[in-house]
Amino acid sequence: MRRLKNILILLFLSLVSVPLGAQDLDMEEYIFGHIGDAYEWHITTVNGHSLALPLPVIVHSKTSGWHIFSFKHIEEEGEYQGFRVAAKGEPHEGKIVEQQADGTIVKPLDLSITKNVFSLMISSVLLVFLVLLAARWYRKHDAMEEVPKGFTGMVEMVVMMIQDDVIKECVGKDYKRYSPYLLTAFFFILFNNLLGIVPFFPGGANLTGNIAVTFCLAMFTFLAVNLFGNKEYYKDIFWPEVPTWLKIPLPIMPVIELIGVFTKPFSLMVRLFANILAGHIMLLGVVAVVFLTAKMGAGLNAGLSVIAVLFGVFMDILEFLVAFLQAYVFTMLSSVFIGLSRKEAEAE
Amino acid sequence: MSLITPDFGLIFWMTLIFAIVFFILAKFGFPIITGMVEKRNERITQSLQLAKEAEKRLDEIAVQQANLLEETRAEQNRLIQEAAHSRDTIIAQAHEQAQAEADKVMEHAREQIASDREAALNDIRAQVAAFSMEVAEKVIRKNLSEDAAQVELINSLVDELVKSDKE
Repeated sequence: MRRLKNILILLFLSLVSVPLGAQDLDMEEYIFGHIGDAYEWHITTVNGHSLALPLPVIVHSKTSGWHIFSFKHIEEEGEYQGFRVAAKGEPHEGKIVEQQADGTIVKPLDLSITKNVFSLMISSVLLVFLVLLAARWYRKHDAMEEVPKGFTGMVEMVVMMIQDDVIKECVGKDYKRYSPYLLTAFFFILFNNLLGIVPFFPGGANLTGNIAVTFCLAMFTFLAVNLFGNKEYYKDIFWPEVPTWLKIPLPIMPVIELIGVFTKPFSLMVRLFANILAGHIMLLGVVAVVFLTAKMGAGLNAGLSVIAVLFGVFMDILEFLVAFLQAYVFTMLSSVFIGLSRKEAEAE
Repeated sequence: MSLITPDFGLIFWMTLIFAIVFFILAKFGFPIITGMVEKRNERITQSLQLAKEAEKRLDEIAVQQANLLEETRAEQNRLIQEAAHSRDTIIAQAHEQAQAEADKVMEHAREQIASDREAALNDIRAQVAAFSMEVAEKVIRKNLSEDAAQVELINSLVDELVKSDKE
């Protein structure tokens, strides 16, 4: 029994000490490297050699036009076609910049397929494939006589749960018009959240914890709310039913309402971004305990590693819940905002 | 890389890709699933309704059947009663007819008997008269001689006749 324990501890130690070797852990680089964007997809490090997938760089310079090349060139040569990655301390740190002739650096229009964009493409293709796979069942079978089982059954269950409990309830009678968008948003967020928890390729990108992504999602909801808002909705913004002195001469309420129009999608953007980002940082922090304690002696390292792994399991389960919850909340709040923009005049 | 500044490149790709994903799923994905499920739900509701109606109909039919059975039984009873009644009537009529016929026969017989008897009586009377005549003849022919003896003879003859008449 004791021997077994010793073997387990030894095994564990060998596992945790090999990847780091002698070098110190740069906490900032470690965390930001995992949650940030990059021009290559770092998969793992084997024997000190980084195994990474270089991704295409697409930039447009004002002086020399479009440039499309693999990030491998910059990685190997430091500078390629006048472009390099801005070093620490420089403006646009970590981004590709253009070295001007006069010594200044300029950020070009950067449409590179970064790690996040690549992950976005993979997850989108997978998502489309999976949903169409489920939808195909309905073409092949007589849905009047049969109920799907297995994968299609699960998709149907989730789709109908969101449609019936969230969209129908919150949007109101126009729900059919909005349900494709809201369902797409739900599955998109859920899928990318879940993929973000998977620690190895092609998962692990911090996509829904990236503000650009949540900004776009919030933007779509903003458009859905404001492009199709009815008369009642706009009347409530510019001429709400409050005492007249709150509207004239100082339009206090209209201003507040107008701010509200923008804070609603803003809250959607920040909520999703912050929740997923925080989850990732927490998980990375818990895992980092293993590496940070590597130098503090075998006993402490082993003990803390066990705790870290247990805590990591807990965090992963929590993240699993959060992945679903945030997708659900985003969809629900979007539905509520859309519902508010479609509400009927209250009966006098 | 700053965490809270949205990167333009990513916004561009995200908008493009999400729009494509949305377009595909909104056209070929979710509406098919939700539409089919809604249709199926409708059908299930309809089927339940139909089942309920069928059950109701079945109940009605059972009631009808019971009623029919009841009616048939009543009819049967009525028929049996009627048959019994007509049987009784027919028997009574037959009785009556038979009685009448019998009476008639009896009457006839009685009349026949009466007429026969009349005839017999007449016959006897005629015979008595003949006898008397015979007797008288005999008396006259034989005994114009002896008075006393003749009277006795006549008496005995008359007695004889009376006796036989009486019988």
